[in-house]
Amino acid sequence: MGELTSLTLKAAVEGLKSKRFSSLELTQAHVQAIEAARGLNAFVLETPDKALDMAKAADARIASGEAGPLEGAPLGVKDLFCTEGVRTTACSKILGDFKPTYESSVTANLWRDGAVMLGKLNLDEFAMGSSNETSAFGPVSNPWRAEGSNQTLTPGGSSGGSAAAVAADLCLGATGTDTGGSIRQPAAFTGTVGIKPTYGRCSRWGIVAFASSLDQAGPIAKTVEDAAILLKSMSGHDPKDSTSLPVDVPDFPSFVGMSVKGLRIGVPKEYSAPGMPAEIQALWDQGVEWLKEAGCEIVPVSLPHTKYALPTYYIVAPAEASSNLARYDGMRYGLRAEGKTLTEVYENTRAQGFGEEVQRRILIGAYVLSAGYYDAYYLKAQKVRRRIADDFAQAFETVDALLTPATPSSAFALGAKDTMDPVTMYLNDVFTVTANLAGLPAMALPAGLDSQGLPLGLQLIGRPLEEGTLFSVAGALEKAADFKAKPRVWWRG
Amino acid sequence: MADDAAASKLIQGRTGPWEIVLGLEIHAQVASKSKLFSGAAVGFGAGPNEQVSLVDAAMPGMLPVINRYCVEQAVRAGLGLKAQINLVSKFDRKNYFYPDLPQGYQISQFKEPIVGEGQVLVERDDGSSFTVGIERLHLEQDAGKSIHDIDPNATYVDLNRAGTALMEIVSRPDMRCSEEAAAYVKKVRSILRYIGACDGDMEKGNLRADVNVSVRRPGAELGTRCEIKNVNSYRYIQQAIEYEARRQIEILEDGGKIDQETRLFDPGKLETRSMRSKEDAHDYRYFPDPDLLPLELEAAWVEQIRLSLPELPDDKKARLQSQYGLSVYDAGVLVIEGARADFFEKAAKGRDAKLVSNWTTNALLGRLAEGGLDIENSPIPPEDIAGLVELIETDVISSKIAKQVFDLMWAGEGTPKAVVEKHGLVQVTDTGALESVIDALLAANPDKAAAVKEKPQALGWFVGQVMKETQGKANPAAVNDILRARLS
Repeated sequence: MGELTSLTLKAAVEGLKSKRFSSLELTQAHVQAIEAARGLNAFVLETPDKALDMAKAADARIASGEAGPLEGAPLGVKDLFCTEGVRTTACSKILGDFKPTYESSVTANLWRDGAVMLGKLNLDEFAMGSSNETSAFGPVSNPWRAEGSNQTLTPGGSSGGSAAAVAADLCLGATGTDTGGSIRQPAAFTGTVGIKPTYGRCSRWGIVAFASSLDQAGPIAKTVEDAAILLKSMSGHDPKDSTSLPVDVPDFPSFVGMSVKGLRIGVPKEYSAPGMPAEIQALWDQGVEWLKEAGCEIVPVSLPHTKYALPTYYIVAPAEASSNLARYDGMRYGLRAEGKTLTEVYENTRAQGFGEEVQRRILIGAYVLSAGYYDAYYLKAQKVRRRIADDFAQAFETVDALLTPATPSSAFALGAKDTMDPVTMYLNDVFTVTANLAGLPAMALPAGLDSQGLPLGLQLIGRPLEEGTLFSVAGALEKAADFKAKPRVWWRG
Repeated sequence: MADDAAASKLIQGRTGPWEIVLGLEIHAQVASKSKLFSGAAVGFGAGPNEQVSLVDAAMPGMLPVINRYCVEQAVRAGLGLKAQINLVSKFDRKNYFYPDLPQGYQISQFKEPIVGEGQVLVERDDGSSFTVGIERLHLEQDAGKSIHDIDPNATYVDLNRAGTALMEIVSRPDMRCSEEAAAYVKKVRSILRYIGACDGDMEKGNLRADVNVSVRRPGAELGTRCEIKNVNSYRYIQQAIEYEARRQIEILEDGGKIDQETRLFDPGKLETRSMRSKEDAHDYRYFPDPDLLPLELEAAWVEQIRLSLPELPDDKKARLQSQYGLSVYDAGVLVIEGARADFFEKAAKGRDAKLVSNWTTNALLGRLAEGGLDIENSPIPPEDIAGLVELIETDVISSKIAKQVFDLMWAGEGTPKAVVEKHGLVQVTDTGALESVIDALLAANPDKAAAVKEKPQALGWFVGQVMKETQGKANPAAVNDILRARLS
């Protein structure tokens, strides 16, 4: 059965359609893999019974010729997506055993297309973190370890569970969300492919909100093509989300493998961070070479406001979060701590329910929105955000996509954050937050290993709604990089 | 004139006259079947928490979607207030914690409201009028209801009202006495009801006002104001203002200072009391709601709405005056409620409009008010008022008898014609019959007849006697004519 879990999503769906194996077999193989990989702590809730029921239903549809595009494919779901009747926690104590009576639009789209749910995946609490260590369920372990080392590394965050599960072949693909890099950084740390589409491409309805103007759902997958297949299912206009874009969904998989000859690829000079490891620079240079060989024209570009992106992000995101998380007040659902007065109930509930990082961001957010500080922080940040978006718009007048490193380093050790101040942790997002601030599609894909044998990723950023171009360019890079490495299996219990 | 009017509104304190300055924020619930940002039903009388959607309860991951119907009503209201319609407006979040506010924020329009400046022409009881400036009208969500009196140790929350659409109409501080404030609310309510944007039901809290009160020496700078929250009847508005103005004047005359604060009116004690001071005021941390795009309206859509508006009170009033020759006062009374004007116009078809207006505004409205009824539920239909007036016009009955007929109509005895026949109230216009009564009277009272020649006003005595003899059924004009002919 081992080989079934190592299939790509595309190969698995084809195998199911041609009845080489059933969804029940495929799903059982994944259920077993998940049980054997509990040491990774990727799943916070396994739903094997539901998975097997869904698999049987999928097999029936395959037999009757009604198979959807994802029919019978077992997937993992980040525990930020509300799933009907299945506990949804955002990996926060404050939600307790909350079971939604509704299904998020994105996951509903996946089930509509025949996918099977294996369970809920770990994440940083409310998606606030870059190492998965802020989860109330404890951190996820990266399946990858440095050569000759037994040290456990972070899978990145916040979609750490999703990335680890895909990298360790526990699911064929997984949903993620990306507010400042939460899909792309974990993808880069685990040798997987992750795309954050254009803001508004995927509905936010039913996804626990972190920062509404930045949050976007997207897939984490084993290959570029798998990511395209998943994104196609996840996308689509949703009248229940006012920021969902009323546009058609292109056939993303058809863009993979298209020629990139003549495309103009921008290389922004500001993404060469001081102190960036030489290996990252070398990988970036290599990416440039591969694209040149594929017939792309490389164009140096400048995005002058890039250096303000991180501070801007850490004003806008906490501001929105401080308001979005106000609903967790112990009154209607989730955790409620008692107190002698109403104020005490609020204080006790939120003090016990929210972890340190979430509390920090709520405080920052409340501060930057408060009377007397609003103009200096929030309003200024909105202006800078506009400038950052203008930088991109200008660059995209001359180039079709941008190529940058995905992260400033490879995966770091779990526990490193104990010795790191929060700002150092925030620096992980330095290459990724810009796309969220500008609402642009951006993708991370594995391009090589560093000297310790850990995956490194490249990032592509595209024009609004031009995910197709990203899939074409990513397909070319994937082919050139020929990244076949897999983590050494050490986690089977 | 204007100065006299201004002077009459001043309040005399121990140390001299004071002027009250009033500005109002009217909260009017949009008459919509569903809430501002969710599909949940809106209605009075549902059981607790029966009209609550996932969005209203602020479940995780739920998002607001603007209700087009509510936007349309706000535009209609804005047009009715002769205000500027802003083609782009934005929604903001007003953040504070309270159990009846599930999201932890109210979605409102802080910086860029849907409706900008406008004005309302307001009539005083004496028929004179004044203008109140409208600063803005914005859309916002209502909160739920906290119920503190079921259990001494617990508060219950009913979220049926949570998320219901409100229009907040903010006036300029253009009112100078409590009567003007009440008249302003009455007029705004009338406009909203004409337009159908709000049912104006104050008892149900569907229209309520926050009243900003300050006092100053005539002509001086504006004083510090206090805001009295959630006053929901004309009477309470006036009582709250009277009390609050006196309270502020006393403090100032004692050499004190007014603290800017929010106060509550207690209708039982007829006083206002402090709710929270400026220092305790929340920092609402307003910011644009990132779940909602700016609200953009098409100019053509607004124009279409403008064209679909019904005739509004001011226009209707002008038309009633010119078309029917009504007085300013009568026309004003009739147009306060669209249904009254409709009633009048139905009854006035082909009849003496002034008579119809008198019978409607004096007799009928008075009776309806005593019975606590709206004109929609009048036991006397407009056709019967028309019938009554017709009987007067054709001299079948006198005005005096008409009052009797009206009473019997009100008592349910049928159409005016039926009442007159049943009770034999037909007026005596038969000259021969009247002449014999008059001749007998003149013969019996020669001294009084002689007096009339000296003093023509003494004729009234004979008229009265004729009426008495005929049980009021004599046609007064005919009686007068005959008397004059005999005595000249």
